[in-house]
Amino acid sequence: MLNHAIKRLFASVFVILGISLLLFVMLRSLPGDPAVVLAGEMATDEDIVLIREQLGLDQPVYIQYGRFLNRLIHFDLGRSARTQDPVIYDIKTRLPNTLLLAITATFLACLIGIPAGILSATKPHTWIDYLATSTALFGISMPVFWLGLMMVVVFSVILKWLPAGGTGGIEHLVMPSFSLAAFLIAFIARMTRASLLEVLSQDYITTARSKGLSEQCVISRHAIKNALIPIVTVIGLQFGRLLGGAVLTETVFAWPGIGRLLVDSITARDYPMVQGVILTFGLLFVLVNLIVDLSYSLIDPRITYD
Amino acid sequence: MTENDQTKTNDSPSGRIFAKFISNRIALVGLVLISSYVIVALAAPMIYPSDPNILNLNQVLRPPSAADFLGTDELGRSVLGRIIWGSRVSLSIAFVVVGVGMVFGVPIGLASGYYGGTFDFVIQRCTDVLLAFPAFLLALALIAVLGVGFINTVTSVAIAMIPQYIRLVRACTLSVKEQVYVEAAKTVGTNSFKILYRHILPNVMVPIIVQTTLNLGIAILFAAGLGFLGVGIQPPTPEWGTMLGAGRIYIFRAPHVATFPGLAIFLAVLGFNLLGDGLRDALDPRFKG
Amino acid sequence: MSHTETHPRNTAERVLNVSNLRVRFETYDDVFTAVEGVDLSLLKDKILGLVGESGCGKSVTALSILRLLKTPPARIEGAIAHKSLDLLTLPEAEMRHIRGDSISMIFQEPMSSLNPVMPVGRQIAETIILHRGVSKGAAWKQAVEMLNLVQIPSPAQRAKEYPHRMSGGMRQRVMIAMALACQPEILLADEPTTALDVTIQAQIMRLMLRLKREFKTSILLISHDLALISEMASRVVVMYAGQVVEEARGRELFLNPLHPYTKGLLSSLPVIGQKFSTGKRRLNEIPGVVPSLRDIPNGCRFHPRCSKAMSICREQAPKLIKTSNGIRVRCWLWQ
Repeated sequence: MLNHAIKRLFASVFVILGISLLLFVMLRSLPGDPAVVLAGEMATDEDIVLIREQLGLDQPVYIQYGRFLNRLIHFDLGRSARTQDPVIYDIKTRLPNTLLLAITATFLACLIGIPAGILSATKPHTWIDYLATSTALFGISMPVFWLGLMMVVVFSVILKWLPAGGTGGIEHLVMPSFSLAAFLIAFIARMTRASLLEVLSQDYITTARSKGLSEQCVISRHAIKNALIPIVTVIGLQFGRLLGGAVLTETVFAWPGIGRLLVDSITARDYPMVQGVILTFGLLFVLVNLIVDLSYSLIDPRITYD
Repeated sequence: MTENDQTKTNDSPSGRIFAKFISNRIALVGLVLISSYVIVALAAPMIYPSDPNILNLNQVLRPPSAADFLGTDELGRSVLGRIIWGSRVSLSIAFVVVGVGMVFGVPIGLASGYYGGTFDFVIQRCTDVLLAFPAFLLALALIAVLGVGFINTVTSVAIAMIPQYIRLVRACTLSVKEQVYVEAAKTVGTNSFKILYRHILPNVMVPIIVQTTLNLGIAILFAAGLGFLGVGIQPPTPEWGTMLGAGRIYIFRAPHVATFPGLAIFLAVLGFNLLGDGLRDALDPRFKG
Repeated sequence: MSHTETHPRNTAERVLNVSNLRVRFETYDDVFTAVEGVDLSLLKDKILGLVGESGCGKSVTALSILRLLKTPPARIEGAIAHKSLDLLTLPEAEMRHIRGDSISMIFQEPMSSLNPVMPVGRQIAETIILHRGVSKGAAWKQAVEMLNLVQIPSPAQRAKEYPHRMSGGMRQRVMIAMALACQPEILLADEPTTALDVTIQAQIMRLMLRLKREFKTSILLISHDLALISEMASRVVVMYAGQVVEEARGRELFLNPLHPYTKGLLSSLPVIGQKFSTGKRRLNEIPGVVPSLRDIPNGCRFHPRCSKAMSICREQAPKLIKTSNGIRVRCWLWQ
């Protein structure tokens, strides 16, 4: 088990290195003098010289990359071309907000999606099933930013129940997290339904029934645990889509997270910031996948990795 | 607590007939939706002959009326007209993106899965890195480097889609490769290229077709998302996402400006999803309930 | 095991009586009958063998007894008498009391018939808690005891393990332990050894015999393996295409089969050393294939493959009659 964990850790590190290399290459390939580009429009000539030195632009490329990595390890992501403040500062302040949104959305999605999927699977081809399935289909087809705006129209403009944006209390969290969660709810509901239906057709379910267990018991004690195993996988994999959606949701609701930071930086051509945020997203995603992968053995006793 | 007889299911024959009927109908709805979009896109000059980009500053933000069925936007342009012409934009993006994705992704995936070895290893590590990213963020990152606009939007979304195709095709190739008939063909001496073309590709086609249908919807969503953020297709080109983004600030005064383009996106993606699901049900015998 | 019966048949107690069982499956474009007019009875303390090829309806019969078929698409008619109850009309709640308690079942694939994410001890204890109402601790102890009874070494340890860690033979023992935990009167054994190695088969069958004697359980042993049935069963029912075609005491059936199908089955058993002893090199086979249930032949269902078919066989379906020896057979040759 430990062996596998270490292997996966190495693989993750490798992936992060790959991302950093990609970013390094991408930013060097921008038109113009990299130092000028990275310094930004507000930079003085001195700043540019400083940056040129810092990046070692007169050095061969691999040394530049080496320096780049070195800085990364020390969490030095450079300075924002817009504010000249360290990039890491903005990221540190805003990352928790994005995490709050993402985690709340995941939580909501499980809370609503899994029971919906179970209900669908235990009463297949009934009106409940069709209602749940069609709602799920709508959920995965809806653009998250449109859903968010529609919620604003209904709940802020017409009903005036909830604020249209910003942070504050729970009432500010409701709409952003729900609109972000929508597609995940739909996805989880569909997966749970499919998974449970698959499990219910297995032999050991017949065995359980032959022992005289009530259908309720069969489902809750025997079927669900087996059905949930692939769901956990899915959640880990879909976390990436959640992060992508967070960028859009944060924009709709003026939520102060790193998603909005990314968009603002792109429009402002603040490349150090863009680089920093993208690295953060990558790191986050890789981390989540690692956790999900390692937690398989906890959920499914058949997986032992030795 | 109700007594639950598992043996008395709702899986009656009439229930099952109904289910098949419904799922066929659902795919049909998808087909109808998509066809409508395609027709509208192709017939746009006939349906809405005027230029959708012409400003009319006397008529800004008018709500839906007899003159403009869906109202006017912040520059007085007809929302309906822009949605109609926008279908050309979105559909062309969708087909080009998916086309490029397939052209690159399918052969690489096939080769990677079939030949294995170092080539496969390298490709796999590269796709690992690319897939380590949420696809939308990858597209966003590429936009950051390439800049905004139509071509860059298409490029970024296509590149974001390629690794996914590679993975899918590779996985299918791997499982088909193990089948006995491939062994048989090899034993007889068929050359690799023929094997790939005649045996493996046809069997890999089904999941590719299903995924492609779904990807058309995803491409529209991504392009619209980029447009919404202002970093995709730029105004005055009438892309639905861009329209939504521009209309966002008027949400309190004139919600129709943002609502209808979004509805267009939703229905298009829904159509592709319905069609994709329906195809999956119809073509994949292993897929249950 | 001795085949001699110390009680004449009609005074032995019948613990299960299946009358005129008919099971139909309705799909959205078709209805087909898997089991047609099957009668059989299980006597106390005896083993009844149910023999036939795949698709003849033997598993469906067993599943109908415990009502484990999904209805719909299945439709079951007939009567199944057990302890003066008709199992087919019993309310579901009472049926659940019977399952696992007075009637248990073991299945063919021990690999897939055990819950992979639950320790085996718990799967056994579950039945005990359900039907005996004892505490978890007491049930666990009994479960370990059952594992011991089925000759699994270090039972206390094994009880905490998951099924995938065990061999096929051990998993089948676990199934047996689970089925017998509440000392049922009847055990339905659906091809219990088919998925196991030959050497393990013998062990499992010996175990079943031992436990049968200990718990005084009657067994309905379903198999397509004639050799096995001949060793184990005191009476044998032969099924073909959903119907009973012959029923006789074990020894009589094997020494003197009446129905051409039974004869064909017996003669197609490979005999080890046949080539040397009789000079015959080819295996016997019954020509033709088992008819698809959607395409049942007219008249006698076996007639297309029967070397003794007469013209009446093509036109009229024979009924199951009882010969003077107490054998039941469905064939125009004997009517």
